[in-house]
Amino acid sequence: MARTIKVNYLARVEGEGALTIRFKGDKPSAVELRIFEPPRFFEAFLRGRAYLEVPDIVARICGICPVAYQMSACHAIEDALGIRTDGTLRALRRLLYCGEWIESHGLHVFMLHAPDFLGYEDAIAMAKDHREWVTRGLGIKKAGNAIVAALGGREIHPINVKVGGFYRVPTRTELSVLLPALETALGDAEMCLDWAAQFEFPAFERDYEYVALRHADEYPFCEGRIVSNKGLDIDLHAYEEHFAELQVPHSTALHSVVRGRSDYQCGPLARFNLNFDRLGERARDAAERVEFVPPCRNVYKSLLARMVEIIQAFDEAIRIIHGYAPPDAPAIAVTPRMATGHGCTEAPRGMLWHKYTLDETGLVEDARIVPPTSQNQKCIEQDLWQLAPTLAAMPHAAATRRAEQAVRNFDPCISCSTHFLRLAIERED
Amino acid sequence: MPTRKKKPKLAVFKFASCDGCQLSLLDCEDELLVLADAVRIASFAEASSRVLRGPYDISLVEGSITTPHDAERIREVRAQSRVLVTIGACATAGGVQALRNFRDVKEFARIVYARPEYIDTLATSTPIANHVKVDYELRGCPIDKRQLLAVLSALLSDRKPSIASHSVCVQCKLRGNVCVMVAHGTPCLGPVTHAGCGALCPTYHRGCYGCFGPAETTNTGGLEWALVAAGASHEDIARTYATFNAAAPPFRRAQEEQLVQIRPKEGRRG
Ligand code: SF4
Ligand code: SF4
Ligand code: SF4
Repeated sequence: MARTIKVNYLARVEGEGALTIRFKGDKPSAVELRIFEPPRFFEAFLRGRAYLEVPDIVARICGICPVAYQMSACHAIEDALGIRTDGTLRALRRLLYCGEWIESHGLHVFMLHAPDFLGYEDAIAMAKDHREWVTRGLGIKKAGNAIVAALGGREIHPINVKVGGFYRVPTRTELSVLLPALETALGDAEMCLDWAAQFEFPAFERDYEYVALRHADEYPFCEGRIVSNKGLDIDLHAYEEHFAELQVPHSTALHSVVRGRSDYQCGPLARFNLNFDRLGERARDAAERVEFVPPCRNVYKSLLARMVEIIQAFDEAIRIIHGYAPPDAPAIAVTPRMATGHGCTEAPRGMLWHKYTLDETGLVEDARIVPPTSQNQKCIEQDLWQLAPTLAAMPHAAATRRAEQAVRNFDPCISCSTHFLRLAIERED
Repeated sequence: MPTRKKKPKLAVFKFASCDGCQLSLLDCEDELLVLADAVRIASFAEASSRVLRGPYDISLVEGSITTPHDAERIREVRAQSRVLVTIGACATAGGVQALRNFRDVKEFARIVYARPEYIDTLATSTPIANHVKVDYELRGCPIDKRQLLAVLSALLSDRKPSIASHSVCVQCKLRGNVCVMVAHGTPCLGPVTHAGCGALCPTYHRGCYGCFGPAETTNTGGLEWALVAAGASHEDIARTYATFNAAAPPFRRAQEEQLVQIRPKEGRRG
């Protein structure tokens, strides 16, 4: 008998999407993650803007991960202008990014995803029975936000990020006052990992191609080569040669594939699998204690990868603040020139690739942005194809919940996956 | 006689937006659980799978209207809402998406998508108040979460929320900042921008770029000489007005005033 699982409005994800799985007998006949977030034409708006305005404009692509957009844009423009932020300015950028990872992962783990594992419709209902965990989660999230607000001016769409550095760098005190809250939240995060490790993770594995940045000696934020567990190892300038985007009728977002292969996964689980050896001691110990080590092919455990990354981000933030002394200048001086530059950083949800072409006065001639959720969209659908036979055997309501949970594994950010200005490639070469 | 009142129903609705303004509510980490005790969260897709039917006592609306379907949906939301509060520049002015209002959207869609026929979009991004009656407006891109909490607590205790309408300059002086325009010659839209952020940018040594939209009374003509004296060209000034509140009438006019001064030169060149 044909049966359809339909979720008309996916809740607890950022942005607007819907999900349909159609069955013929026990076999799935169609899987559609439909994204109907209205198209937003950011790349078009960027044409003709001054390079200094770009970080402010691209932040508005996503209210959940504005820092990621600002970082990828700054790095791409700095690449075009031939400058590099080093030393303290580079450390401050990592600190800002730590804050965003904590805030964004904290939101997802405690408010959006954990309720799935414990059987609640939201964190507020969950708080009735598990108040201390929700409170800890909110404390973690708040500590992450405090970093972004101190350094960026505010949590959402920070105003202090500039091509070449910052408008103003913090005093030592402005950062060191954060330390007690960060220490507490780090301890809480370790407890929360132990707690989350006891969740019941559905037995589901797939042989993913994981793609993430990899840096010579750091857990990746803003720099590195693009690597995968299937042999990819490229400079980020070569991104377009190795990845393609396809348009599908049911979505305003484009689907990404590795050329010559197929779907891939980016995000916390990909980073964890590819960069476990780059984690600090504190995060690695915590992960090993709960026996969460690579290779992990169960995408439901991305929740644990997020927890490990929260620990890593707190640990690193504390180290950066301890070592901080204000630099002489808040930003490197910049002279515009005609050039093209690339930037790729690790947004909370995965790789975020930008490319800009500037004219001789520093105005943008062309911009291209590839956000993580469109890279993961095909991977999500492939998961659902494989999950479908299990779903067919479940009662309808439970099957629907399980399907939604599978989508949430990716923490999809639908708002930021719909703003393309590019000829879509219909067929893969 | 006191009757036991049912908790008011709070709903959050999203239109074309970046989700940042509704995230402000989840960013109230200290107040969230208290607020959740005081209201019934009846619809908040970003945070909950639960959807209770209307009518709703307070509806927060984020985002602008950019599709025919959304133009319909906002009417349904209004019909279900006792008090409707728009949150953020997208909802109050059309947001950054209103930049499309001055350009050819079909052209955009053609360049963006190989199969533009799949894409359903309007040529404009318009504020909620162009479509339905709005009771209160919270400015900003994003809104300030303290302002949001103040408005919610006023509404929950049946008080009329009061939202300051002066300029960023007033807040900047209250904060005791050194004026970046006077001291460093940094162009700043503070004199014509709506208060609410606490003069954040000047506090971080940069000029205001107008993310809270126009103040109640604006003298953009009067600001022009100061911006030019600070080294901004007419092109620069026009671009600065054309960001997150580009379609708000005073900013729209200010932008046109600048463009008019550029065009004759271009004419001569061509
Ligand atoms: S006003 Fe700004 S922060 Fe709010 S939803 Fe719109 S773009 Fe996002
Ligand atoms: S810095 Fe800007 S907002 Fe502050 S007083 Fe000067 S012009 Fe006004
Ligand atoms: S100073 Fe101006 S641009 Fe900066 S946050 Fe305030 S209103 Fe927005």
